[in-house]
Amino acid sequence: MQLTVWTYEGPPHIGAMRVATAMTGVHYVLHAPQGDTYADLLFTMIERRDKRPPVTYTTFQARDLGTDTAELFQSALADAYERFKPQAMLVGSSCTAELIQDDPGGLAAALHLPVPVIPLELPAYQKKENWGAAETFYRIVRTLASPRQGQERPKNERPLANLLGPTALGFRHRDDIVEITRLLESMGIGVNVVAPLGASPADIQRIPDADFNVVLYPEHALSAAQWLERAFKQPYTKTVPIGVNATRAFIAEVAQIAGVSADVPERTRLPWYSRSVDSTYLTGKRVFIFGDATHALAAARVASKELGFQVVGLGTYSREFAREIRAAAAEYGVEPLITDDYLEVEAAVRDSNPELVLGTQMERHIAKRLGIPCAVISAPVHVQDFPARYSPQMGFEGANVLFDTWVHPLMMGLEEHLLRMFREDFEFQEAPSHLGAAPQAPKEAPAPRELAVAAPAEVALAHQAAETPATPSALVWLADAEAELRKIPFFVRGKAKRNTERYAAEKGISNITVETLYDAKAHFSR
Amino acid sequence: MSIENAVADTGCQDRQIRHERGQRAVFCGLTSIVWLHRKIQDAFFLVVGSRTCAHLIQSAAGVMIFAEPRFGTAIIEERDLAGLADLNEELDRVVNRLLERRPDIKMLFLVASCPSEVIKLDLDRAAQRLSADFAGRVGIFSYSGSGLDTTFTQGEDTCLAALVPVLPEAKRDAARSLMVVGTLADVVEDQFARLFREIGLEDVHFFPPRDSQHLPPVGENTHFLLAQPFLTETARTLQRRGARHIPAPFPLGEEGTTGWLRAAARTFGIPDERFEAVVAAPRERAKRALSAHKAKLEGKSIFFFPDSQLEVPLARFASRELDMTLAEVGTPYLHRQHLAAELDLLHKDLVIYEGQDVENQLDRCREARPDLTVCGLGLANPLEAEGLATKWSIELLFTPIQGYDQAGDLAELFARPLNRRARLEV
Repeated sequence: MQLTVWTYEGPPHIGAMRVATAMTGVHYVLHAPQGDTYADLLFTMIERRDKRPPVTYTTFQARDLGTDTAELFQSALADAYERFKPQAMLVGSSCTAELIQDDPGGLAAALHLPVPVIPLELPAYQKKENWGAAETFYRIVRTLASPRQGQERPKNERPLANLLGPTALGFRHRDDIVEITRLLESMGIGVNVVAPLGASPADIQRIPDADFNVVLYPEHALSAAQWLERAFKQPYTKTVPIGVNATRAFIAEVAQIAGVSADVPERTRLPWYSRSVDSTYLTGKRVFIFGDATHALAAARVASKELGFQVVGLGTYSREFAREIRAAAAEYGVEPLITDDYLEVEAAVRDSNPELVLGTQMERHIAKRLGIPCAVISAPVHVQDFPARYSPQMGFEGANVLFDTWVHPLMMGLEEHLLRMFREDFEFQEAPSHLGAAPQAPKEAPAPRELAVAAPAEVALAHQAAETPATPSALVWLADAEAELRKIPFFVRGKAKRNTERYAAEKGISNITVETLYDAKAHFSR
Repeated sequence: MSIENAVADTGCQDRQIRHERGQRAVFCGLTSIVWLHRKIQDAFFLVVGSRTCAHLIQSAAGVMIFAEPRFGTAIIEERDLAGLADLNEELDRVVNRLLERRPDIKMLFLVASCPSEVIKLDLDRAAQRLSADFAGRVGIFSYSGSGLDTTFTQGEDTCLAALVPVLPEAKRDAARSLMVVGTLADVVEDQFARLFREIGLEDVHFFPPRDSQHLPPVGENTHFLLAQPFLTETARTLQRRGARHIPAPFPLGEEGTTGWLRAAARTFGIPDERFEAVVAAPRERAKRALSAHKAKLEGKSIFFFPDSQLEVPLARFASRELDMTLAEVGTPYLHRQHLAAELDLLHKDLVIYEGQDVENQLDRCREARPDLTVCGLGLANPLEAEGLATKWSIELLFTPIQGYDQAGDLAELFARPLNRRARLEV
């Protein structure tokens, strides 16, 4: 048993719903108790879909148990077919139905529906949402994209690619598709099928017509792509084009697979924006990164190589891709964090003392609690991260979006400090903070992220987390040390004082001198 | 679990109730944890269930999940399913760890879910066993919030019913006291407490209480007034302890609130003149607040999908105080006896649907094309996209809507979607 308050991923049948809802002409009949329909509102509210997800639930109750749940399933399936007339159906169990052991696949087969019915085995007590999505997509592709007997792939006028992986409720999937389609077009490559998002069962059948596959989101599409490679000799791309360098690498990879030129105009402002002097203050910013493996890995590369940040933490909740995260973490010289317990993530954020957190909705709240700027890079996300405007993460426009999104909270952070710094001036009134309350020290400024004009050393001194004990009674500030302390700007003074005391306590020093103050500063500056 | 009984209980109204069975688009009882934990401030709700349960509460609680909530899920894993003996040990371990981490918790509810019920994990026994370990420190209870047994607000009913046995016994010679049963927003509770005091009722208790130290006493001299329509089991267990139910409409709108307060006043022998004198001013206020919205809502038709069991009193309020016409009223369960006063106030020809077949109901709704549809969040946007104005029903549980001073707010909840549609030119 695992005690959980927040989960990064839902159960695997939610992954199946994400695939079913992404597609057209598919209907999913889910054997599930009353109440499981809550999942509909993820799609209608968070993603703001204007249609109900194509899912019928059997919604059995206590009085149905033991007697007629199997019958209930069959009648729900027959009714759903009659009403929606889909081209293909998915059937499966939620966690509770898994326990009562009706067999949706067998029950469905007995009905002899005139369309393919794909049974899904999703072990609800072992696996989670992303695995459920990958498995569902794989099963659909496996069933529908059957090899044409003795037929060669049609000769296409130009190379054709499938885009695999985008689903409903995917973080920026909608716009990534547009961006990558444009990028491929500019290379003279056509898009054959995008799946599962927007694809019908007939489209899935056409997947083998393409020359190769672009795996946009390995979490959802890797198993299907690997099977397609075996079954149809379709190579697939290994690079996920998030960031300028990754996009360049992706272009090179695609050019090689498709036999086209890699000479593509780079419509991106990130390199110049990042080199402009305004961005100097971004150098070495300590960034903590957490999310699904794909986005976390990409974010780490962009952060370190394209924005000049220092990666001080890297982790994922996707256990399926733990190996990749471990390898990358070793490269950045940080401890990898593979966990789905947000309390562990919170502790790691605290310990690594970042100036910026890149994460999911949950890290946004952790960062808010700690008073640290934050940007969202990965699912799970809330409604605000399904924006109305065009905002891909992938490709060259995606890089522009990343630059703005990540730098914006830092600029706001700087603005915040200047406001607090001059708070005592008569022209400035207390401004409401966009960072939220900092509960540990409500009266004091949080550790400043940057103040190019002020004293950077003192800022460094102040970097340690606010979580320090009150002045230990044994410590004495000698007069000259106290005088020196007063020379430090007021907005970092409290932090400097606490860090010095912490350092003194750790070293067993009872009388704090000027030396101790500067030793502590050297100790904590990174 | 209770409809058959509920129907058997009464049967006095010759009203047409249609029963429907099929796919139900409703929450399970676990969802009520989201407001119960806010009300009982030293209680923790531990769901024993699956990742689906955790995900459900997370989705229902929205941002509340980030505020160190006093609820969580002990997720059953593959290895727990191997043998039941292990499962009990695992549960003890989780509870011990939780109570170590949260020493401020004085009440712990083990909440059963569909998976825990299906594998027949005996949470009642677990609660007893753990109660012995934490005797004097933490009261440990169990109830079911599973979708197999409960729909949405019924989770509050099963929770409160589990608490009734530990309510202190009122003294035999105690004067008669009033117990208000059902979660109300604190502000509403305070308003009612004030009104009762002015009427001359001093000994008034609210159940659930705001913390474990204020469990209301119950006994032969306790009269209880239901503040919510979904408290079948709780009422039954209170009656088993000798308490007496005061039949009344529910305190929604000016008329409902007056009827509700008056039922209590009469039970306690308060002279009508005194009662009328006390409520005259707030009644006027409520009517004034309603009049602005009424102008916009009268003549408009309203369609209720089943959700919380509040549908019948809300329909009564909409039809009688806002002059709306009722296209359809659906409710997950109908307790005829508790709703008797409400049903009396509704038009005799009104058909009420108990239960649900969501596809058929959607067909009826599309055909009726009501001016306003009250429904869950899984249906609201899809219906809006079809051109139907909707009011999402969960808000009616989270917003203070009871009492005189909330009557205008309640009407506003119905008026807002129409107001918005009137403004938009895109």
